[in-house]
Amino acid sequence: MRVGLFIPCYVDQFYPGAAQATLELLEKYGVEVVYPLSQTCCGQPMANSGYGKYGKDSADLFMKNFGEFEYIVAPSGSCTLHVKDHVLPKTEGAPKIYELCEFLTDILKVDHVNASFPHKVGFHSSCHGLRGLRLAKCSERMDPEFNKPLSLLNMVNNIQMVELDRKDECCGFGGTFAIAEEAISVTMGKDRIADHQRNGVEVLTGADMSCLMHMEGLLKRQKSPIKVMHIAEILNGNEVVESSET
Amino acid sequence: MKGKTHAEEAAAFIKDDARTHWHDETLWHVRSNRDRSAQGIPEWETLRDTASATKDYVLSHLGELLEQFESNAKANGVEVLWAKDAVEHNQHVYRILQENKVSNIVKSKSILTEECGLNHYLEKKGYDVVDTDLGERIIQFAKQTPSHIVLPAIHLKKQDIGEIFHNHIGTKEGASDPNYLTEAARQHLRKKFVEANAAITGVNFGIAETGGFVVCTNEGNADMGTHLADVHIACMGIEKLIPRAADLGVFLRLLARSATGQSITNYSSHFHRPAEGKKMYIILVDNGRTDQLGREDFKNSLKCIRCGACMNTCPIYRRSGGHSYNYTVPGPIGSILSPGRDLKKYSTLPFASTLCGSCSDVCPVKINIHEQLYKWRQVIAEHTNMDRSKQLSMKVAGMTFGKPVLYDLAGKVARTALKYTPHSLVYSSINVWGKHRDLPEVPEESFKEWYKKNRKQ
Repeated sequence: MRVGLFIPCYVDQFYPGAAQATLELLEKYGVEVVYPLSQTCCGQPMANSGYGKYGKDSADLFMKNFGEFEYIVAPSGSCTLHVKDHVLPKTEGAPKIYELCEFLTDILKVDHVNASFPHKVGFHSSCHGLRGLRLAKCSERMDPEFNKPLSLLNMVNNIQMVELDRKDECCGFGGTFAIAEEAISVTMGKDRIADHQRNGVEVLTGADMSCLMHMEGLLKRQKSPIKVMHIAEILNGNEVVESSET
Repeated sequence: MKGKTHAEEAAAFIKDDARTHWHDETLWHVRSNRDRSAQGIPEWETLRDTASATKDYVLSHLGELLEQFESNAKANGVEVLWAKDAVEHNQHVYRILQENKVSNIVKSKSILTEECGLNHYLEKKGYDVVDTDLGERIIQFAKQTPSHIVLPAIHLKKQDIGEIFHNHIGTKEGASDPNYLTEAARQHLRKKFVEANAAITGVNFGIAETGGFVVCTNEGNADMGTHLADVHIACMGIEKLIPRAADLGVFLRLLARSATGQSITNYSSHFHRPAEGKKMYIILVDNGRTDQLGREDFKNSLKCIRCGACMNTCPIYRRSGGHSYNYTVPGPIGSILSPGRDLKKYSTLPFASTLCGSCSDVCPVKINIHEQLYKWRQVIAEHTNMDRSKQLSMKVAGMTFGKPVLYDLAGKVARTALKYTPHSLVYSSINVWGKHRDLPEVPEESFKEWYKKNRKQ
């Protein structure tokens, strides 16, 4: 199977490790991964700020880069949702975009993960993946339970998943919200990490590097020992990396 | 306070960290009650679908259903009045009070009369309007506005309420026992009920088929007022209709569970006709609703049954308090109703959200709230010139992201700059991100650079 790999701009620039893990993980499952080199950003920052019209060039570029693929995979629920809702034309034959975990679960039907991660792990359920892409049942809806990212993490050897008090509350990142509503954003983020801290989490993970970046920023400022890793890194068998600064 | 952005109001509220967390915990507790209650109903999602479809029908047949409602209500002996806006609504109420020589008024909680500024209007005319819902009475004493549509005084702690009651109804100084304070309010209100010649109520559901209407309260204050007074004035937004009496069950089951987790409100009072020798009026109020109905992307907001679940679930509302929205209906639903009323004044409200979508999933009538927030943002950016610098930065970002060479270069420049700029400069006052958060560690190379070196044949 051949897929186009979309790496969101901030992952490309600041979290190349998460992107490498995504690439390696897909290859481990026998996928032929193509990474178009002319890719940039999906246009979400502009659109969520109200300036969807300024995202037209990046949307056109996205289609130029990925139009030929049947499947596009991205390690970000948020960007995937934006592309799905606002970039891909809703016509027959247009590519289908999948967030990494849903691609592994729904298309590859992964039933084993060849990795070990002997740590207490807290999973942050990012909103756009949760309620936009329906990667899991959210606590508001009274549907049958399911959770795609968590079911993958539970296949990892020796992992100890931690139950949170509020399992799917927003962390307060929200793109430009993190800047425009800084006070609320920071309070929400602190409350989220406090939930992880209270429950003894050693490594905080999730399927959206943007939420993780926000919470990592707060954790580092507090000099917290909690490490932050993208879910692809855990599924790929990466070890916890000690920060070079500490 | 006027003219402040949501972010400024929120930042002011959040300065009191303990109160913010108390507010958050209290509302989260309500949301948890709602979850437990909904979990007990296997057909919950079907109920939501049904309610949503019924309201869709109402919105697409509003004209004929309103006419049906009017003629049935008239046949029942109710006087029906129409008000195109708040001014007309208030004038109707005043005229009715004059005609019936009313001196004392009790009012059961009504968000519509808040929206129309009725209390203020009548006070200017020399009337003392007594709100009889406990929460409403508290904030009326405190000369505040409700901060929540179901729990109007949720922003106040019991100590605050003790102080307010001490000042207004002479409870013991420093008393904060809820039982003692509630009993004191009960005695105070009892006197007001007995003296009243007119009772004003809101309407939760108007039934087109019968011309009757239903008012839901937990304190029985609507019944107490209307039973004792000779005149009942019911103020109803035109979107509050449901087609048939048989539809009511769906909505009553959803309303209380979504609002507080109760299976039903303590009092679901049905009104059809005035009692012998008494009068009943219904004022049907538009006040911007048909304008909203005409906006294809936003008309769904009129399905709202005012349960407040979107407020309780909203992580921003819970931490910023209802007053930060500066609108009668705060929270997520208020943020999609208010721009239709005044795009400029409420231009920051659709941005008071991370678009987490919890509001849409908790909504008992399935209003796509977060999608409408997104759509309002596009309208606001197009039609207001609120933030030139944001517009410019987004334009530049759009251009950069449109050209791969430019993007690669900008990324490299930004990373290099971040790496070599002194710490004090990176974390200066202009870096809003860095006030409480560290920036990500700068990697040696971007993924694209790594890929070109390691994978590109």
